[in-house]
Amino acid sequence: MIEARHITKKFKRVLAVDDLGFDLKIGGSLALWGSNGAGKTTLIRCLLGVFPCKGTVRINGIDVRRKGKQARAQIGYVPQELAFHDDAKLGSAMRFFANLRGVELAQAARSLHVVGLNGHESKRVRDLSGGMKQRLALAIALIADPPIIVLDEPTSNLDSSGRGEVVDTLLRLREQGKTLIFASHRPDEVITLADRVLVMEQGRLVQQTTPEALWPSRSSVRSVRLFIEQGDEHQAAEILREGGFAVNHGNSGLTVAIEQHRKAEPMNHLAARGITVRDFELLRDVHDDDEPEIRVRKEQISEVLR
Amino acid sequence: MSTMNLNGVSRPENQSKNRVTHLSFVRSIMLIARREFRDALSSKWFLLYTIAFTTLAIGVSFLSLAGSGEHGFAGFGKTAAGLLNLIMLVVPLMALTAGAGTIAGERERGTLLYLLAQPLSRTELLLGKYVGLAIALICSLCIGFGLSAGLLAWRAGGVGAGSFLMLVVFASVLALSMLSLGVLISVQSRRAGVATGISLFVWLGLVFLSDLGLMAGTVLFKLRVQEVFALAIINPLQAFKMNVIINLNASLDVLGPVGMYASQEFGESLPWLLTGVIVLWCLLPLAVAIMIFRKRGGI
Repeated sequence: MIEARHITKKFKRVLAVDDLGFDLKIGGSLALWGSNGAGKTTLIRCLLGVFPCKGTVRINGIDVRRKGKQARAQIGYVPQELAFHDDAKLGSAMRFFANLRGVELAQAARSLHVVGLNGHESKRVRDLSGGMKQRLALAIALIADPPIIVLDEPTSNLDSSGRGEVVDTLLRLREQGKTLIFASHRPDEVITLADRVLVMEQGRLVQQTTPEALWPSRSSVRSVRLFIEQGDEHQAAEILREGGFAVNHGNSGLTVAIEQHRKAEPMNHLAARGITVRDFELLRDVHDDDEPEIRVRKEQISEVLR
Repeated sequence: MSTMNLNGVSRPENQSKNRVTHLSFVRSIMLIARREFRDALSSKWFLLYTIAFTTLAIGVSFLSLAGSGEHGFAGFGKTAAGLLNLIMLVVPLMALTAGAGTIAGERERGTLLYLLAQPLSRTELLLGKYVGLAIALICSLCIGFGLSAGLLAWRAGGVGAGSFLMLVVFASVLALSMLSLGVLISVQSRRAGVATGISLFVWLGLVFLSDLGLMAGTVLFKLRVQEVFALAIINPLQAFKMNVIINLNASLDVLGPVGMYASQEFGESLPWLLTGVIVLWCLLPLAVAIMIFRKRGGI
C-alpha cells in the first residue's frame, strides 16, 4: 500500500507540487498524467524520498522520510534517462546494483534476461542505444524483485519500437502483480497500463479518474496543443474540463487529448464561449512516429473550424 | 487536499514472495567505497597525480643522495626533510581536488539522483565515497613513497627508515584532512568545475596566503607569540610541518620564536597536540559535509 498525504514541494518561489495525496493498493497501477512542468517528476522524487517535502509518504507502512533506505528497498526506480557511469560495463553495473540490493548475481542475470539484454554484459553503458539504456534501467529496477516499480516517463526518449518493448515488459510486470506508478504524457501508455490516472497541472491534482473516463474511445487518441492568449489560458482550461475534455495546462499552451476524428472539437468548444485559439499543433500520434509533427498556422484555423 | 483511493488488482500470492532486503550501514559504505576506489584508479587525474608525485618523490631522493654524496649517504632522514615541502604542495592539491569532484561530479552527470533513489542513505553514500577516495589517495602516496624508499634502501641502507615511515603516516593523515575539506566543498557545489575552482583557491590559501596573512597580521596587530602559534597551527599544513620537523628529531628553533615557544610551552605533548589538530581537520569538515548533504535534500 502506498499512501501519500499533503505532499507539497516548493523550489524557492515555485510551488512544484501543491498539497497532493493519493492511496494505491498493492498490485494497482497509477499514471501521473500531465504536460511538462506539471510536477510529475518532482512528485516521483518526493515518493522516493530523494526530495524532502512537506506531507507524508508511506510505502507498505514505512515512512519514507524517517526510513528512506528501507522504503526504497521496496521500490525499483526507472528514470527518464539512465544516468550511470558511462565507462562501466553492463555486467559490472548489474553486479554493483545486485550487491547494493543484497541479492545473488544470478538474479542480475535473470533480470537482464527479462528485458532481453542477456549477452550484452561486456558492452559499456555509453555504447548502449537509448532503448537499451532504458531496458538496462528496467533490469536494474527489477534486480531485487521489488513489489513496486516507479517509472518517470520511461518511454519519452524512445522510438516507437523501443517504446513498444518497454510497454510490453511493463504489462507483463502488471500481470505478475507488481504495483506500478508511472509518469507519462502519452495517452496510449496510460490507457494500456494504468487502472487510475492522476491528472496533474502546475503541481496540482486537477482530476482523479480512470483512463476510460478520460478517453471513452480507446482507439486513435491524439494530443492537440492549443495556443491561447496568455490571460485566457486558465479560463480556457476550465471551460474545456467542464466540457469533458482531458486537458493539461503547461508552460506552452493547453494540451488536449482527443480522439483522432474529433480534433477540432476543443477549438469549436472554446470558440462558442468566446475564447480565440491563436494557433494549434498536432502532437505526434502515438502510433505513427515517423510522421513529422504537424503545425497549423493561424490563417488555417478558420478553415479547420468551419 | 485532494485524496483518492485506488483499488488495484490484489495478487497476494505473488506479493507474499517478495522479501526485499537492504544492506547494513557498513556493507553499504564498503560497497560504495569499492566502486569509488575502482573509479579513482581508472581516472586520468589520479593517474597523473600519482605519476607526478612519484616522479617528484624519486627526484627529491636522488637530489638528497647526490647532495650527500661527498659526506656519505644521509639516507631516509635527509630525504624525508627534502620531501616535506613537496608533500605540503602536492598532497593537499591531490586530496582537495579529488574530494571536490566527488559529489559535485555525480551531481553534474545526473548519477547522484540515480544513486539516491536506491536503498542507500546519504550518509552511507558520502562516507563510502570518502573511504574509497581515501584508500585510492593513500595507495597513490604509497606508490610514490614506496619507490622512493626502495631507491634509498638500495643506495643508502635503512638508516632513518622510522622517520621516513612516520612521514608517510603524517602525509596520509594530511591527505585525509584535505580530502574532508574537498568533500565539504563538493557537497556545496552544483558543478564539478566550480568545486575544483574553489578547492584550488582553498589550496592557494592554505599553502601560500595563510603564511602571508599571518605575517601581515603579526606586524599589523602586534600579535604575541602564543597568538601567532595558535593561528599558525589552525592551518593543518603548518601543524603537519611542525610535526614532521619534531619527528626528524630537529629543533623547532628553525621556525623562530614561535617554534621555540611551542617547544618550551608544550614539550613532549606538542606532537600529540599537532596530530590532534590534523585529525580534527579530518573529522570536522567531513561531519559538516554529512550534515549539509543530509539536510540539503534534493540533488
